[in-house]
Amino acid sequence: MPETTVTRIPVTGMTCAACQSRVQKTLSEQAGVSDASVNLMMGTATVSYDPSQVQPDALVEAIKATGYGAELPQPNRSAFEEQDERDRATAEEFRELKWKAIVSGTVGAVSMAVMPFMHNMMWITWVLLVVTAAVMATAGRHFYVRAWKSFTHHSADMNTLVALGTGAAFVYSVIATVAPGFFLSRGVAADVYYEAVILIIAFILTGNAFEARAKRNTATALRALVQLQPRTARVIRNLQEQDIPVELVEAGDFVVVRPGERIPVDGTIHKGESAVDESMLTGESLPVAKKLGDRVIGGTINRTGSFRLTATTLGEDSVLAQIVKLMRDAQGSRAPIQALADKISGIFVPIVISLAIATFAAWAVLATDAPFVKAFAAAVTVLIIACPCAMGLAVPTAVMVATGKGAELGVLIKGGEALQRAGDITTIVLDKTGTVTEGRPTVTDLIVTTAGSENEVLRLVATLEGLSEHPLAEAIVKSAKDRGLKMGEVEGFESVTGKGIVGIVDGAALSVGNAALMADYSIEVGPLSDDVARLSDAGRTPMYIAKDGSLAGLLAVADPIKESSRAAIQQMQGMGLDVVMLTGDTERTAQAIAREAGVGRVVAGVMPEGKVAEIRRLQGLGQVVAMVGDGINDAPALAQADIGMAIGTGTDIAAEAADVVLMRGDLRAAAHAVELSRRTMTTMKQNLFWAFIYNVVGIPIAAGVLYPAFGLLLTPVMASAAMAFSSVSVVTNSLRLRRARIAETN
Amino acid sequence: MTGTDWLVIIAAASSIAAVNWYFFMAGRTPATAVAAVAAGAGAAGAAGADGAAGAAAEVVIVVDGGYSPNTVQVKAGTKVRLVFDRRDDSSCSEEIVIPDFNIRRYLPTGQRTVVEIEPKVAGRHSFTCGMSMLRGTILVDA
Repeated sequence: MPETTVTRIPVTGMTCAACQSRVQKTLSEQAGVSDASVNLMMGTATVSYDPSQVQPDALVEAIKATGYGAELPQPNRSAFEEQDERDRATAEEFRELKWKAIVSGTVGAVSMAVMPFMHNMMWITWVLLVVTAAVMATAGRHFYVRAWKSFTHHSADMNTLVALGTGAAFVYSVIATVAPGFFLSRGVAADVYYEAVILIIAFILTGNAFEARAKRNTATALRALVQLQPRTARVIRNLQEQDIPVELVEAGDFVVVRPGERIPVDGTIHKGESAVDESMLTGESLPVAKKLGDRVIGGTINRTGSFRLTATTLGEDSVLAQIVKLMRDAQGSRAPIQALADKISGIFVPIVISLAIATFAAWAVLATDAPFVKAFAAAVTVLIIACPCAMGLAVPTAVMVATGKGAELGVLIKGGEALQRAGDITTIVLDKTGTVTEGRPTVTDLIVTTAGSENEVLRLVATLEGLSEHPLAEAIVKSAKDRGLKMGEVEGFESVTGKGIVGIVDGAALSVGNAALMADYSIEVGPLSDDVARLSDAGRTPMYIAKDGSLAGLLAVADPIKESSRAAIQQMQGMGLDVVMLTGDTERTAQAIAREAGVGRVVAGVMPEGKVAEIRRLQGLGQVVAMVGDGINDAPALAQADIGMAIGTGTDIAAEAADVVLMRGDLRAAAHAVELSRRTMTTMKQNLFWAFIYNVVGIPIAAGVLYPAFGLLLTPVMASAAMAFSSVSVVTNSLRLRRARIAETN
Repeated sequence: MTGTDWLVIIAAASSIAAVNWYFFMAGRTPATAVAAVAAGAGAAGAAGADGAAGAAAEVVIVVDGGYSPNTVQVKAGTKVRLVFDRRDDSSCSEEIVIPDFNIRRYLPTGQRTVVEIEPKVAGRHSFTCGMSMLRGTILVDA
């Protein structure tokens, strides 16, 4: 029974049923294709084929040959698969390196133990020759094969250095074993380095094994995200619940989610309600209440209730897939700080080889006693101690770990460059509405001065406001609905621009608005004017209510600040950041909000274009500015800022203008982003410093510059241990970021 | 200084020169490949002029301790599919990095990994391994 794979290929250019059947016929005729169906409306070909006989590329070519356009849907394989594959390969690599290291280490230790007896028993030398050759051909084989391959490409890497160093030592030892007279006749002891060759290979393999394991850990966060995706979904098809692979869920499908289950796909709740744990995506630790019509995200955990959702975004468009893609792109990007390390890496190995040759020459010429033996040992030591990998790993591993850590905190940082710039921020500009405040105005005060209940007045006002398009009107209508009030009938609605609204509700003449509107109707507002002033000072928007020609009361609407804003702003100030709030509100309201939130500086009455100008002005003063706002309305300001942080609502993760996406509305996430970036920069600098210093100091010592003054000389085996340790220490230092206590500093 | 000393110095100096020549100069005679518009459209001849629109130029780069070809010529404004065919299992070449396009991808051994780029303007872009030791160049012609 041949294996079949199903793939869907988008086809373009089909205009008629004839086109459809032509493509379908062509596909069916391909070898290995068991079934092909072409959907004209969707513009897709669904093909079942045997992957051992035909590849999707060939199918695409076949479609193109009929004269229609076709492209494989996903030229880049899904992030999920790629991570899986990579993990398998790394695990395999680690296992292999581990065994090779253990075997060669044991053999090396035994060889060292028998060394003292060698002078008496020459046959031991011959045994060692064979053993060393065997170790080189098995455990060390890949060094030589890879070095040779690189060499044929005119390039050189770590393998080149190891292969040259151990290869030279081995050849030297073989000559000393086979033809000791060659050395003795020149007054040089015919020493052999077999145990050194084996031990160098063992140490470097050990280092590589640790490095492979540590590198695997740098992707932990990404892996955790990938694993959030459930494999199956319980959908309702033909009036029955059935479990199907999540890839087969279609938009509009009803999906049943039970308590304790992971939500399989993005959707909106269609029936039922629950609390959902979104911490894995947003960093928000408390479960979020979800009711009819609310959005839920695939990969989050349903806690309390059962519900049905209508599937919305799927596959590559799902929130989780977008986050994974964004993280993968971020981890692939380079930080500018890496530029120098990159330049050096490119020329490093040939330079080290040159230095090794120079070292040999210097010892050969300058040493008084056994010059060639010492020259040879020093040159090999230089080759072995040099570690280009530490430099290559210094920045990328820190970027990997930091972006992963960010994702855990609900902060998606879009790349190495953003990470680096965010660490340099001096000023943080906050948009008011939706960033510092909830962004959802609510009725905060209701004062009724006439006979009649609060509810009755609110009901009348809400009925009238129901026809208004003013953003605050919605808050009033909602407030009435929350109290279970039933709307009345409106006659003759009129909106008086800049003043308010008037109309007749259930027979009562109603006007709702500011003092100017009241003046128009000669209504005395004296009794409530003090309340109005007080509420305005508190940052609320009060409006008078008049009924049948006399003042009936007043209500105030405000956009309350988020619970977390004050603490977040305090934290930012504690980090030495200048916090500025921008808003389109009047000075009075703005000041009130600023006071409550603890912001020192506020710029009021700013139009959207004005935000860009203000950021530009701050940048002109030499400030490095981060802007926090929503990804859509504030896009120009986010783009102008050195770092744009968009408060993501889940759907707009890919918001182009933003460098950082905050997965929850909590402003503390912005502070975390800056804090994380600062720490990461420190880690990168430490890594680069150690990688450079290690090579800059290690190579001269290996070459023997300290020998004349202090008699200090390294052996090749010591060099191999140091080299193995250096890249591991760089990766390990990056991994420390995983445990950085960032969220706990508030 | 003895004769041997001079011999050593001369031999060392020429070895250093040879090493640097081999890795820095000799490597500069590149194996160039021009990205061809992906087969099918052109080969079959049936696609016609509009069939080629939106088609991607494609070039296969073998990764085996280095890149062959190591220079790829493409036209500005066309979508290019770089197909990396990794044949070695050295961890040095496990990633492909194209910094100017913000790409860092893992290349599974024994598989072809497609990376798509769309260079807009003429210029040179480098592609390297994860640690920038193996190098290649993408030449974008106007």
